[in-house]
Amino acid sequence: MASVVAREAAGGIAPPRRRAPSSGVGAGTIFRWVVLIVTAVYFLLPLWAALRFAGISAFGSVIGESGFTSSLALSVRLAIITTVITIALMLPTTVYVHLRLPRLRRLMEGITILPIVIPPVVLIVGVLAIAPGFLKGTSLLLSLLYVILAMPFAYRALDAGLRALDLKTIVEASNSLGAGWLSTLWRVILPNLRTAMLSATVLTVAMVLGEFTMASLDLYQTFPVWIYVNSQTSGQVSVAASLLALFVTWVVLLIITMIGTRSSRKRGGGTVTLFTVARQETRGD
Amino acid sequence: MGQTVAASGAPGSLADPGAPGPGPAAAPGAPGRTSLTGFLRWLRQISGVIPFGIYVTLGLLAPMVAVAVGAFQTNGGSFTFSNIRAATHGVYLHGFWQSIILSVLSAVIPGILGLIIAYAIFTAKSGNILRQIVITAAGVFANFGGVPLAFLFIATLGSSGLISQWLTSLGFNPYNHGFTLYSLLGVIVVYLYFQIPLMVLVILPALEGLRPAWREAAENLGARSWAYWRFVGGPVLLPSFLGCVLLLFGSALSAYATAEALTNGTIPLTAIQIGSFLNGNVIAGQENIGKALGLGMVVIIAIAMVIYVALQRRSAKWLR
Repeated sequence: MASVVAREAAGGIAPPRRRAPSSGVGAGTIFRWVVLIVTAVYFLLPLWAALRFAGISAFGSVIGESGFTSSLALSVRLAIITTVITIALMLPTTVYVHLRLPRLRRLMEGITILPIVIPPVVLIVGVLAIAPGFLKGTSLLLSLLYVILAMPFAYRALDAGLRALDLKTIVEASNSLGAGWLSTLWRVILPNLRTAMLSATVLTVAMVLGEFTMASLDLYQTFPVWIYVNSQTSGQVSVAASLLALFVTWVVLLIITMIGTRSSRKRGGGTVTLFTVARQETRGD
Repeated sequence: MGQTVAASGAPGSLADPGAPGPGPAAAPGAPGRTSLTGFLRWLRQISGVIPFGIYVTLGLLAPMVAVAVGAFQTNGGSFTFSNIRAATHGVYLHGFWQSIILSVLSAVIPGILGLIIAYAIFTAKSGNILRQIVITAAGVFANFGGVPLAFLFIATLGSSGLISQWLTSLGFNPYNHGFTLYSLLGVIVVYLYFQIPLMVLVILPALEGLRPAWREAAENLGARSWAYWRFVGGPVLLPSFLGCVLLLFGSALSAYATAEALTNGTIPLTAIQIGSFLNGNVIAGQENIGKALGLGMVVIIAIAMVIYVALQRRSAKWLR
């Protein structure tokens, strides 16, 4: 062993060492392909099976199924209300924390991670125990709850966007030109946060459209709840609807990843993975 | 107020034994004035986060307090331990065990598989298109769960699923050999689908934090691959790995929709049992047992999170 090392050292830049890794890369490449192909099969097989199981005709009949339109409309309405409240609450808060209370950033991070940590099923138990009567009968309660669930990724998306800005300079420049607080927020900060706002919005919408736990326990037939309820009458249609729901969500998430990666490349950052802003369990699974 | 301060300050400065007495008396006096203005200034300073604070208090804090308090109350509102006792016995204790077994298995198995996949990508050259595809796909798959996922697997491995039928035609019907998708094992198989990508995403930064210099240093000292992983890479990576596994544990524990849709709510998991209290599938007058179960879940998750934070601190020493 020692002699090998000595010979390598004598060889200057050690050509034998360079050859060893290159043969390692060969084995590594085979290992990598085996691992990735097995993984790909596991992840694509259920998709293919579901496609075969549902059959092409089931996709057409999804739209005509009773409850489809009303449940989708409810989900879309919830998504819009939730997004508006989330942005209206989180954007000024996050900007304010960045500008005036940077010391609170850690605390904010801790608070906004809580909806990921607390199981949604426990949260809804508590909410239904204390919610006032006038809220309980409306779907507004669900929207207000979804704002809590959306906080982790809305905050993280906005926080990342603000971190990339030289916020203090921008705001001081805007103020010295005579702009007020609102005008600065609307005309200076907001245009700079377009990507962050977009990802916060899309992730919130994706979360609301996929959320099942709270909606079903609050007895509202949102789109995922309808898929579940409808499966009792037609399994094929439910599988087809699941595939449709997945496909739409995936396309949306893919777009977000691509936009995020491109804009972070512009700033010289790394790639953006969705986990940084949204996790499966956050979406209320 | 100013006079009080001056008056009480004087004897303190004159008489040595009196100093400890008037000192504290003066102290509340002086901040007494500044504390009001200071409080107002503080209030103005934090004014921008007050709406957020109120929202979180009402939407997150109050419900959790309601769960914690309700766990110790009868329906009439008087104090009792009976809910806790019920939650830690019989079917509910069984539910906790099943939940913990499920969460441990669907944290450790995807943890190891995810590490292997992450390592496979990690060894690829950076900027590699394959690596980019895998990372993007992991981000998308990790965000996938709930009802659609359950139906995907019912179509695949359900009793009349495609793969089940295919296996049956080959002479091996998995449902005759003890496998069913609607059991704990089935739920674990389904959970792998979002847990593995999640693991890939969270462990990859830790793998990338291993500096090439360490490997080179180890090789210069004569270490082979095994020795490097045993004495350098492994120990540095271990806290991160365990932390990620804990994250997966929490993720599996709080999952509800997938298991509910897959088994129609028949599997005895704590999350499902809590849900059944809200669905009204339970004898009237026992609703607060659901809160006790919820409290139990929060306690388990809190323990996991404390360990997670401790592990993160440890791994932050090396990986940044």
